[in-house]
Amino acid sequence: MTFLTGWGRTAPTPATLATPRTPSELAALVSGAPARGLIARGLGRAYGDAAQNAGGLVVDVSRMEQRWSLDPATGVVTASAGMSLHDLMGALIPLGWFVPVTPGTRYVTVGGAVAADVHGKNHHVDSSLGAHLRSLTLVMADGAIRTLLPGDELFWATVGGMGLTGLITEASFTCVPIETSRVRVDVERTRDLDHTLELMTATDAGYRYTVAWIDLLARGSRMGRSVLTRGDHARRDEVPAGDPLAFAPASRLSAPPWAPNGLLNRLTVRAFNEAWYAKSRERRMIQDLAPFFHPLDFVAGWNRVYGSRGFVQYQFVVPFGQEATLRRIVSRLSARGVVSFLTVLKRFGAGTPGMLSFPLPGWTLALDIPAGQAGLSGLLRVFDEWVAEAGGRLYLAKDSRMRAELLPAMYPRLSEWRKIRESADPGEVFRSDLARRLSL
Amino acid sequence: MKNALGSVDSVLLLGGRSEIGLAIVERLVRDGARRVVLAARGEAEAASVRLKGLGADVHVLEFDAARPETHGQVIAAAADLAGDLDVVISAFGVLGKQSAYEDDPVAAAESVAVNFGGHVSTGLFAARRLREQGHGTLVVLSSVAGVRVRRANFVYGAAKAGLDGFAQGLGDALHGSGARVMVVRPGFVSGRMTAGMAPGPMATTPGVVADAVIAGLRAGSETVWAPGKLRPVFTVMRALPRSIWRRMPR
Repeated sequence: MTFLTGWGRTAPTPATLATPRTPSELAALVSGAPARGLIARGLGRAYGDAAQNAGGLVVDVSRMEQRWSLDPATGVVTASAGMSLHDLMGALIPLGWFVPVTPGTRYVTVGGAVAADVHGKNHHVDSSLGAHLRSLTLVMADGAIRTLLPGDELFWATVGGMGLTGLITEASFTCVPIETSRVRVDVERTRDLDHTLELMTATDAGYRYTVAWIDLLARGSRMGRSVLTRGDHARRDEVPAGDPLAFAPASRLSAPPWAPNGLLNRLTVRAFNEAWYAKSRERRMIQDLAPFFHPLDFVAGWNRVYGSRGFVQYQFVVPFGQEATLRRIVSRLSARGVVSFLTVLKRFGAGTPGMLSFPLPGWTLALDIPAGQAGLSGLLRVFDEWVAEAGGRLYLAKDSRMRAELLPAMYPRLSEWRKIRESADPGEVFRSDLARRLSL
Repeated sequence: MKNALGSVDSVLLLGGRSEIGLAIVERLVRDGARRVVLAARGEAEAASVRLKGLGADVHVLEFDAARPETHGQVIAAAADLAGDLDVVISAFGVLGKQSAYEDDPVAAAESVAVNFGGHVSTGLFAARRLREQGHGTLVVLSSVAGVRVRRANFVYGAAKAGLDGFAQGLGDALHGSGARVMVVRPGFVSGRMTAGMAPGPMATTPGVVADAVIAGLRAGSETVWAPGKLRPVFTVMRALPRSIWRRMPR
């Protein structure tokens, strides 16, 4: 038995960990699934318990043999599910292609990205990964291998389905042609939350990639002040001489193996926020892809900085027109002085047909909160209710603490998903702690 | 499943009318637990209604602590009703008069069969289930009476001493399985069980014990004293010479 947690390092549970190398080994694991079922696990970047399975089997797909191919005529890439976006980018960028969607880290697998229907800084323009998928290959509960197309209902139960419909082994998606491995970046600061929302609404359409970092500890008239970062793939004539498609992310620092609980507290985070806000004067620059998209990837194991108690990532979305809820939550967080090391605001565009897919057109806010803060549980529960009332939802790939009750309100297609899942996996071969906690 | 902030979804109370047990369950339900099984001898209507009012799904199972041959079935039935058992509270017990036990050794043995023996079978059956799940906490209501047995209530105290040792051993047996045992050592608890008795020193209430249990569950504690100051007090008590200890009036 191996104790596993998500990236937030909370609520460890033991499971038998299997590391298949070939598709046939994988199929054998599914056919021989134990009573407590199995769940696929990639690089363990889901923050909560999505890739844990207490008392059961967890199938680590990250060591599977990696296969990928690119059709240069169409830009369609087919990759094995255990491959990381990091490796995929290393292969594709020098050829002039970029993944259609990348989350805030490259260290996720293709399979995990599909299962969570991940989004990135281009969601307002390009939607989430599901919108770019051409096909999926799944090992079904009975061990059969099926290829799914966007016309299949099981396809959309699987995109965002948190690995509970089958074990994803391969995905094909359309990539984006790029001239360079650089991004033309525009940085701008805002005075307060209203200014942030206003500026994002006004300027988002002019950029493919946008995101706002919010200083959550700023209060009063400065509440919600932010740093907007917006960018586009740089053209060849905008980058200095040399290989325009070079991709060599800076070698990684490693977080110390241990950090005390409470290192990230109101004082240290406030100091960081002040410095970051002060440093982020309006400017334009050309930046490499890696620091623009994945600044935290520079520090391996950054999650350890939160100490042994770990942290909770809270990400919700509320539809456009429900800005009052967003304001209410930000002002409550600010008034309570809740410590969140990285708070990120983003405008979402259209969602995908994924039944449990997270994004919907609106505002999404993501917080990283050290788990030891007093009163956190109750506070987040109140937010859950506000979000559900506003027609919003929480992101399952990040959740580690919500209750099952609000799920049907947040995900109105949950019952439809359950039906499809029940016919695809009547014996509940695919199970996770998340599935048990939320009665999925 | 216990979530990232320590809240749970399901709870089984063995001794479904125990005041302390119900106080713990009530707090867990207020904190979000929704699947509750009360295993009680006879009805548990009042508690069931109150917990339903707080939003829980409540099931009641017939449970007789003195019939260990039925205990496996009770745990299995609870798991059928509630799914994974996140918290199992072993709260049943009887407190008789020491003098009566000395007059009636058969009654004394019967009380020990409940206060100790009953927990052995429920504890082992529950542990088997929690081990399979790979998670869950068995909360065992021991007592300071078992920490050092007193002449004034040695039948009850001896049963609790046995229970306390059993629970510690069971916790060690489960180490590494994801399941745990939490041993709770309350002092004198004013309530139905002790009605008519003069409250002992540092008397506490079911609510205070339940609060300590909730805090212990969140923290993943192995041992909880209620009130907490009993821990240092008993460190001293354990060191007292027998000649003094046997004169403890109660």
